[in-house]
Amino acid sequence: MLKTDKKFPLAIAVVALMLGISLSAAQADDDREEGYRSAGNSDKHGGKYGGENRGSSLQTIQANAKWKQECSNCHIAYVPGLLPAESWRKLMAGLDKHFGSDATLDASDAKEITAYLVDNASNRWRAPTAPLRITESAWFKSKHDSHEISPAVWKNPRVKSPANCQACHSGAEKGDFSEDKVRIPK
Amino acid sequence: MFRYSSAFVWLGVAAMGLTTLPAFAQTPNEVLATLKTAAAGEPNFQEFSAARGEQFFKVKHGKEWSCTSCHTDNPAAQGKHADTGKAIQPIAPSANAERFTDMAKVEKWFKRNCNDVLGRACTPQEKGDVLSYLLTVKK
Ligand code: HEC
Ligand code: HEC
Ligand code: HEC
Repeated sequence: MLKTDKKFPLAIAVVALMLGISLSAAQADDDREEGYRSAGNSDKHGGKYGGENRGSSLQTIQANAKWKQECSNCHIAYVPGLLPAESWRKLMAGLDKHFGSDATLDASDAKEITAYLVDNASNRWRAPTAPLRITESAWFKSKHDSHEISPAVWKNPRVKSPANCQACHSGAEKGDFSEDKVRIPK
Repeated sequence: MFRYSSAFVWLGVAAMGLTTLPAFAQTPNEVLATLKTAAAGEPNFQEFSAARGEQFFKVKHGKEWSCTSCHTDNPAAQGKHADTGKAIQPIAPSANAERFTDMAKVEKWFKRNCNDVLGRACTPQEKGDVLSYLLTVKK
């Protein structure tokens, strides 16, 4: 399919450019423990998880007050580094139909929050993808696969949804997902 | 069991709240008066009714959710988001002094929640009925 695409040379250039960037920036802060898994899917867009990796630092040093206030009513405020900039742009452009809920904001709040999310988005996302759900990204699926978490856990009403990060990560709201703080509810 | 223990927590929180009352922009009665001004301008306006408001709050309106899906049958109790499970502080002003003290916030949430529950905006009459009901709810 790609072969017949007129944009193919451009695609090569873009991928090559991405590889270049990822080699220089991402390699340095990759967590060691992830290395073995990356072998199979690291080459497609550069970087681990086929290029769908969360940011190297998730802890929000300077949380934006508007974001904290407006994005934490229905679920925890998900820290920006969990998704790439393009995901946040798309998500913020569709708040009227936000996962089945109306989450509309007035224009000035939406603008401020979008800027904060985009500025602090994942710096390790190399793939040209932009999922709306954190839980659909390759890094999330890999970290929460059936080796890490038994399928029965997701049926526990205390977990309810994979998007319910703080059910297992007590520091989720601060962007702290460190392994020593993970507790799966019984 | 769960309900009782959380009720005690809320009593405690409310008691602390009394000693450090923040300065709110409006009172719930002022918000009600603003809604009344808007409602009175509409055709078929009827005096706000707590009974009608309670009915409106508790029934479904053709979609999956009612107001009680997230705010529970008891507006003085802590609620829970029907989708995400996140805790929602009580919606009745008697149980939560922050409720209905900021007109912009009130309108923002009426718009969102009415859209989710009814698939349209609520009328000023409906909003006034609901608030009249919530103001009758005791802790
Ligand atoms: C009116 C309620 C509401 C508000 C306000 C709200 N959300 Fe959501 N959000 C939801 C619901 C409901 C879901 C779906 C949750 C689920 O599937 O468990 C969701 C899901 C999400 C997800 C996807 C989670 C995943 O990986 O599955 C992201 C990202 C998100 N919201 C971001 C935001 C941002 C950013 C804001 C602030 C601008 C915001 N939300 C405000 C209701 C809300
Ligand atoms: C059912 C419990 C559960 C839920 C819900 C959950 N996680 Fe996890 N998470 C885990 C477990 C278990 C691990 C694996 C810890 C390890 O690496 O050994 C993990 C690992 C992670 C890691 C990697 C941590 C590291 O240092 O390597 C991140 C980041 C993460 N989760 C983010 C999230 C986010 C964001 C959400 C919500 C959108 C979420 N998790 C929801 C249980 C959960
Ligand atoms: C899907 C869940 C959900 C449903 C259904 C829902 N609400 Fe809400 N409601 C919320 C959340 C979340 C908030 C904000 C939480 C907070 O401020 O702590 C809220 C806040 C409000 C507020 C803001 C009050 C204030 O001053 O702080 C009003 C008014 C309100 N809801 C009315 C309604 C009415 C009326 C209905 C039914 C038509 C309804 N809600 C249905 C989730 C819901």
